[in-house]
Amino acid sequence: MSIDVTQFHGVFFEESFEGLDIMETGLLSMSQGEIDDDTVNGIFRAAHSIKGGAGTFGFSHISEFTHGLETLLDQIRNGEREATHEVIETLLSAVDTLREMLTAVQSSSDVDEEKVAQVSHALEKILDDTVAETGVNSEDTSVADSDESGTTETNTQQQSWLIHFKPLPHLLQTGNEPIRMFRELAELGELTVSVNDEELPPFTDLDPEICYFSWELTLTGEMDEAEINEVFEWVDGDCELTIERLQENEASDLPELLQEQQSHDKPEVVEAISQPMATDNDSIVVEAPSKTPIKSDAAPKKKTVSSDASTASIRVGTDKVDSLVNLVGELVITQSMLGQIGDNFDVSMLPQLIDGLEQLERNTRELQESIMRIRMLPISFVFNRFPRLVHDMTSKLGKQVELVLTGEQTELDKTVMEKIGDPLVHLVRNSLDHGLETPEKRLAANKSETGVLKLNAYHQGGNIVIEISDDGAGLNEEKILQKAIEKGLVEPNESLSPEKIHELIFLPGFSTADQVSDLSGRGVGMDVVRKNINSLGGAVEVKSESGVGSTFTIRLPLTLAIMDGQIIQVADQRYIIPLISIIESVEVDISKVKKVTGKGELYKIRDEYVPLIRLRNVFNLDGGIEDLEHGLLVIVDCEDYKIGLFVDELLAQQQVVIKSLETNFRKVKGLAGATILGDGTVALILDIAGVMAMHKEPALIKQTSLKSVV
Amino acid sequence: MNTENEILDILDIADSIDDGSQQYLTFELDSEHYGVEILRVQEIKGWGAVTSIPNTPEHVCGVLNLRGVIVPIIDLRLLFGMPFNAYTKTTVVVVLKVEGITDRIVGIVVDAVSDAYNVHPDMISNAPDLGSIVDTSFIKGIADIDECMLMLLDIDKLLSVEQIG
Repeated sequence: MSIDVTQFHGVFFEESFEGLDIMETGLLSMSQGEIDDDTVNGIFRAAHSIKGGAGTFGFSHISEFTHGLETLLDQIRNGEREATHEVIETLLSAVDTLREMLTAVQSSSDVDEEKVAQVSHALEKILDDTVAETGVNSEDTSVADSDESGTTETNTQQQSWLIHFKPLPHLLQTGNEPIRMFRELAELGELTVSVNDEELPPFTDLDPEICYFSWELTLTGEMDEAEINEVFEWVDGDCELTIERLQENEASDLPELLQEQQSHDKPEVVEAISQPMATDNDSIVVEAPSKTPIKSDAAPKKKTVSSDASTASIRVGTDKVDSLVNLVGELVITQSMLGQIGDNFDVSMLPQLIDGLEQLERNTRELQESIMRIRMLPISFVFNRFPRLVHDMTSKLGKQVELVLTGEQTELDKTVMEKIGDPLVHLVRNSLDHGLETPEKRLAANKSETGVLKLNAYHQGGNIVIEISDDGAGLNEEKILQKAIEKGLVEPNESLSPEKIHELIFLPGFSTADQVSDLSGRGVGMDVVRKNINSLGGAVEVKSESGVGSTFTIRLPLTLAIMDGQIIQVADQRYIIPLISIIESVEVDISKVKKVTGKGELYKIRDEYVPLIRLRNVFNLDGGIEDLEHGLLVIVDCEDYKIGLFVDELLAQQQVVIKSLETNFRKVKGLAGATILGDGTVALILDIAGVMAMHKEPALIKQTSLKSVV
Repeated sequence: MNTENEILDILDIADSIDDGSQQYLTFELDSEHYGVEILRVQEIKGWGAVTSIPNTPEHVCGVLNLRGVIVPIIDLRLLFGMPFNAYTKTTVVVVLKVEGITDRIVGIVVDAVSDAYNVHPDMISNAPDLGSIVDTSFIKGIADIDECMLMLLDIDKLLSVEQIG
């Protein structure tokens, strides 16, 4: 029977990319000197899974490439190789290459062969260097090591191992087959197997899916513990496993062995006794088989992986799902109750009906909240990419920067998250490139050599606030002003407050970098950042103090999927204006309407003139109120601009679920999406900026209506 | 439809399993007969009020709430440049699954749905080339069924974003 493995490709890619993220994070923390076993093991495990997966799915070039990476990691894990700066850089570029290779396979495009060859060559070069060092580890120290830290032994001399392998009853059900494992062991060296069938029940009670046996294996040959552990890697947690090295092939005489070892390896025994988990030899093998003595290092590894997985994956926690299931259960009960009332309804049952409807409302609201919670992900998904970015950029720029991330667990809607990534990257790049100074300049300015870049996220009201702050030079007000004057945005003699000057950087085509580097300053600047953030319904502002640093603050709505809307009526159509952008609604005082060249209309509200836009004109609607005095003017805020939308009537305010028009149709100018009202009809949601653009540019309206002639 | 026909239909379906023929849902516009692959039809529903979208071509009637999905409705008569027919109780919306860069759900308004036919590939002849009078690129082929010319539509072309936008 053949199984179509392509159906698992998606999962493989997803897991591999997660694995790469884990590797990257781990490597970066290593480069900052935090080298501990957990980190190294986590990286190793991720590489190993990718290798295994790639092999399974026949992406042999990936598994081959990963093999070199894995070997190097294995050496670091065993303490044979020091994780020098150079090694970590090579590993990082290998991770990059691997990611490119995976992406290429995923999109069935070509890989940059040259780069792959280059990186794998670099890996090989490092690996070749090691050969000389491998033999250095003496037998004694390596034995002590293997017990103490859980890392594996590297001695490759002829030696014997006693393996006590007792599978848990369900081992066979997990798809593992001891015979295969033994076959693999036999390839490593000379293997003798003795089976213990004491627990085998009478044939009538025998369950063929349960494993009743345990085994004692003796293996002689040139191998190290890691190789043996590797064989058992997949059954880790499903068996009791002890692996011990036997001295001088005395496998048959265990008590004597213990004695001998004590005399041979005093430090090891002392170590073993002080650590009840890491046991020594046969006495424990017999007495306490429930624990996993001389464990393969899988136990700590597993922990790392699982703790990472909660943040590095978009899978939904079971608790969230459970609460949903509960709520749906309640909803079903309410529904059946209401159904019963409806079956034979008379007026006397009205109170019950009202009760039921209240309950339904509560259920719905709770359900909505829970579902929204599923869409919420910690912002660490976005933040996680920054350590690498900072690492790469600082080394390119020759700056020293410490990145401080706080509030990574702040939750944010998935859609917002996906769209906020690029603007954030841009801001961080800007801070690194323009904001933070080189070590020399910093020293000269009486600051510490290392600059600090802080990323902070927190909730405030219904918003999430993200702050990017640095202790760099701050915005160069003089230069900005000069540039603005150059571009004719500001009059030469005009005096502007610092805040106004800071605002200038958000204008299109504004880049103050002295020279355009490949890092930032390509002209696509802060205006795009602001536009992107505005399109998410958020806002960005900057505070800066010369010589002290600058802070960018981004405010975003928690979710894009649901918003508060004001339903309005124009002609026979109902539209929804996002409540957040409405400043006020006023009745039109005809004396405050001013005409510009007889066509354009302005409305004077307090001391401001705002453009008056008749929605029915923008949308080419027939009917509707033409007489300004009979309608209402909704003053809305649009990119720091105010406009007055003239509508027939204001209807209800309600929460609306935003649905995309693009899914089945296309983007429509002036509309942000659609929603479904209580009566089941569709209402369109206005995109204020789009309406504004259409008003300014009547050609946009004409163009589309011309098409209808076709 | 009488029982005899129904039985024939069932037999047709049974026959069609092997010989490579496809079932087409046919509908009428004026007295012209059109067919769409039945597997592309999601559902057939009566005409209901739609929400019109401002500044879109005339043939875009608007959008409809189809169990929570916003579905655009296209008047096929207007798309073909035929005169507008007022919507009545018998006006039908055929909801189709259109494949493209992304798969979309689009509804088309037709005068009436007529029948489902098995059409064997051998029965299909190439679409006519009418030069500049009529664009026939969205006609996949022509089949003769019971003395009646059936135009088989390539809905992916006909209802592509560019076409209906």
